[in-house]
Order: sequence, then C-alpha cells, then structure tokens
Amino acid sequence: MLEWLITPLTYQFMQRALVAGILVGILCSVIGCYVILRSMAFLGDALAHAILPGIAIAYLLNGNLTLGALVAAILVALGIGQISKQGTIREDSAIGILFTAALALGVALISSIRTYAVDLSHILFGDILGIGVGDLILTATTGVIILTVVLLFYKQFLVISFDPVLAATLRWPAEWIRNALLILLALTIVVSMQTVGVGLVAAMLVTPPATAYLLTRRLPAMMALSALIGAFSAILGLYISYYANIVSGPAIVLTATGLFLIAYLFSPRKGRLRKRMRSAKPL
Amino acid sequence: MTKHTDHEFPEPARLDIDNVTAGYNGSDALIDLTLQIPPGSQVAIVGPNGAGKSTLFKVLVGLMPIRKGSIQIHCQPIGQHRDCVAYIPQREEVDWKFPVTVRDVVTMGRYAQLGWFAQPGSQDSEVVDDCLKQMNLLDLANASVGDLSGGQQQRAFLARALAQEPHILLMDEPFTGVDAATVETTLALIKNLRQKKVTVLVSTHDLNLAAQHFELVALLNKRLISFGPPEKALTQETLKAAFSQQLVNMNGALLVDDCCPPDKDHHHRGDHA
Repeated sequence: MLEWLITPLTYQFMQRALVAGILVGILCSVIGCYVILRSMAFLGDALAHAILPGIAIAYLLNGNLTLGALVAAILVALGIGQISKQGTIREDSAIGILFTAALALGVALISSIRTYAVDLSHILFGDILGIGVGDLILTATTGVIILTVVLLFYKQFLVISFDPVLAATLRWPAEWIRNALLILLALTIVVSMQTVGVGLVAAMLVTPPATAYLLTRRLPAMMALSALIGAFSAILGLYISYYANIVSGPAIVLTATGLFLIAYLFSPRKGRLRKRMRSAKPL
Repeated sequence: MTKHTDHEFPEPARLDIDNVTAGYNGSDALIDLTLQIPPGSQVAIVGPNGAGKSTLFKVLVGLMPIRKGSIQIHCQPIGQHRDCVAYIPQREEVDWKFPVTVRDVVTMGRYAQLGWFAQPGSQDSEVVDDCLKQMNLLDLANASVGDLSGGQQQRAFLARALAQEPHILLMDEPFTGVDAATVETTLALIKNLRQKKVTVLVSTHDLNLAAQHFELVALLNKRLISFGPPEKALTQETLKAAFSQQLVNMNGALLVDDCCPPDKDHHHRGDHA
C-alpha cells in the first residue's frame, strides 16, 4: 500500500502535478461555492471559453498569454454584468451572446495565425503533467491572494449572494462587490486553466461545491469541505491516472463526479436514497 | 429587548417623502407621492395590486432610483443612514436554498453596526440571542432557514430586523401566505416596536387588518389617494378611487375583489448577477 502511494512520487512530473492539482482543486472549489450558490455555473463555463481572443491577441502582439487571457476574462465578466444590469436582457442571454462572440472572435483571430500550434493549445487545454516550477509559483501566489480576498470580504459576498436587498439597505456598493466576485472568478479560471485546462476548470468550479452543498448547512463549512473534496479528487484522480494509464484531467473530473454521486445518493439530509428509504418506511 | 440595546433607539425617525416619482423601465409605478410620516408612528400602506407599495419600499431602501422628488430621513437625504432602515423582504425575494442557519441570518442584522472587515463580537452574539429569544427561535437557531416553515422563516427575518436596531422598519406584505400564529407574532412585534419608538411601515392588501391594527393608513394607487387614521383614510369615496375596478358593492357593504394576479414588481429581484 505504502509503496503504491510512494512510487508515483519518485517522478518529478508527478510531484508537480500533485501540487498543481491540489492548488487548483482548492482554489476552484472555494470560488465555486459562490458559482453554484449564485447560479453562475454557465458563467464560469462561458468565461473559460471567452478568454480565447485574449490569448490570440496576446500571441499576435508577442505579449504574455496569461495576461491576455486575464484581460479578456475580466472584460467579458464585466460586460455580462453591464448588459444584464439594465434588466431588459436576461443574464443568461447576455452570457450566451458575449461568450459565443468572444469564442468566434478568438477562432477568427487564431485562424489568421499560421504558426499557431503548441502554445495556444497548451493554455486552452492545459497539461498538468507538464507544469513548470514557474507556473506553480504563479498559481500558488494568485491562489493565496484570491483566498485572502474571499476571507476578507466574507460578509459582503455572503450578503450579496443570499440577500442582495439587505446589501442595498446597508448602502453597500452592491455592484462593486458583485464585480469583485466576478474578477476573482476570472482570475481563478485563468490561473487554473493553464495548469489543468478548460474542461477541468469548469468541472472543479461546480462539482466539488455541489457535493459539499449536499453535506453541509453553513457556507464556511461548505467552503472548507468543498476545498477538501477538490484537493482529494485531484490526488486520487492523479493516482488513478498513473495506475490505470488514463489521461490525468478526465481522471480527476471523474473522481470528483464519483464523489458527487455518492453524496447525492447517500447524503444524510438531502440524499436521494435516504429520502426514498425514509418514505418507504411503514407508518 | 434588554438594556444594552435600548439606548440604540434615540429619537424616533422622521420620514419625509416629497413629490416622489419612480418606476421600472419607462412606466411609473409611483407618481408624485408626498407623505410625511410622523416620528415613531405605525403606518399601513394599502392599495390594489400594482399600486406601487413594493416600489415605495424599494425606493426607501435604495434598490430603485427616484425619478423625481426627494426622500429625507431624520431631515437628511436617504443614502446617508446605513443602519437606519431595516426591510423584511417578501418571501419570494429570498433564496431559501442558501446554506445559512437561522443564527447566521439574524447575525447579518449586526453587519450594519460592524465595519467592513470587522467580525461580529460577543456583544453582537448577545443581541442576536436576545432577538432569537424574542421571536421564539432559540431552539431553531442552528437549523437551516430552508428547513423552516413559512411562519418560522418570517420570524427569522423579523429577528434579523430587530438585530439591526433600525429607526425605520419596512415590511412588505408580512401577513400574506403565513399562518395565523405568525400574523399574531408579527402584530405583537409591531406593537412592541411602538414602545421603542421605531417607525414602522407595513404594506398589506388586507384592509380590515390595516384598519384594526394601525393608527395611520396610507391608501395608494400609484398616487396617494388618502392618508390618515383608518376611519378617515378608508371611506367609500377613497376606496372607490383606489380600487375602482375591483370594488364590489354588496348591499351597502364594500368588498374588494382581490383575485387578480399580483403585480409584477412583487417578483422583481434586485439582483440578477
């Protein structure tokens, strides 16, 4: 058993992959709590795709790809907030419009780049097994900043998500708080994506928080448990990937999905099977 | 409430609404409303669906901008009084699936008194305990709000409003869709707040309840129809002016036909992001 655990760790790429997976797992799972509670799952997915033109433009300008991605993500996030603020267009429509426009612009730009190959696909689809130390440091630093902001603004984010009317009564700048949350989400997506890719980010933003939601009744507990589940999914997923010879990203996603299904069926308070068993009891 | 909170209610709040017009997307839900609410008084806001009752409250808490006119609390324009106005939202305005306990909800009432980065301290939790006790919710303090009955949920929000120690309390349709016990608790609380000199505004479509339990009634139908003690504000003429379509005269007794769908601003959430 011990040997089973240690063998993969003798490879440097596995060590880095584990650190990256745990970092991204924790970061996405914590921000993801707000994503699912504020029904922003679609937004998270949209942002992950909408960074494409930012990367393409940064590439054309020989700039920093991560910076390009970040600028694009923040612009799209704030744009969605702006369009849906007036209330004439529903938010999901605003997301749909901006997200597809950004994606189309990205593809159009990329098609004009002849030499496009490894660099762009790397940032879009990520490669957890090929992460360098520099990437790790960037992810860790940004992660610490994001988590600090989440802790500092706990009251504000809680109220704006649970009861925006109270935020108005308190005369808090609701729009700023909402935008701050969107920017944190954009940052999380961009730093996570180049390590683990679009698909994994979208999954880690939703699946671990949804699992934790089924098992807890308070937001702080939900965030802590979600972070644990995110990190655990990354570790277990990577081991499965190593031993079963599966691509690592999907292995992590499927592990998280498996944990969700277990909670969905057996959660003491909200579980499907529990409910059925309870209701089947003779009166 | 106990001693350490009593000093938090200084002079009763004076509320002046001067010539206010407001509404959603082009149409005015409230037109040229002028109302002087005497300090510490308890006012029922009545009127047909779509009369602008919810709009008035949204304007008062700053959720909706004023198109015209001005509102002053304590003789200062609104927006200056963070901790002054508490609002009990309508049930459909709250996300009941959110993972918060009853105690969490009531603790949010203390946020008005706290700085941006300050955490609630032991004095805050004492106030929270007091408010929970007053609303008979101590046993349920650690339950999820989503698991409560409708009446208990309303009491949780009443407790939160108490914890805010407001000068003005706004309640949007607190007597709709709750059980008789909750109606009683709510009325008892309103009576109790009268001693604390809290100005209370309650919207309701129950004219009888308004006439029986409130010293002042404001009858709205986008514009102010009448304002004063119930026997003066609710006469045949004023009711006819407010409810023209829905008023049924049955052998001399006026009945309000209240079966039409609720106005759309009842379902408007302030936040879509």
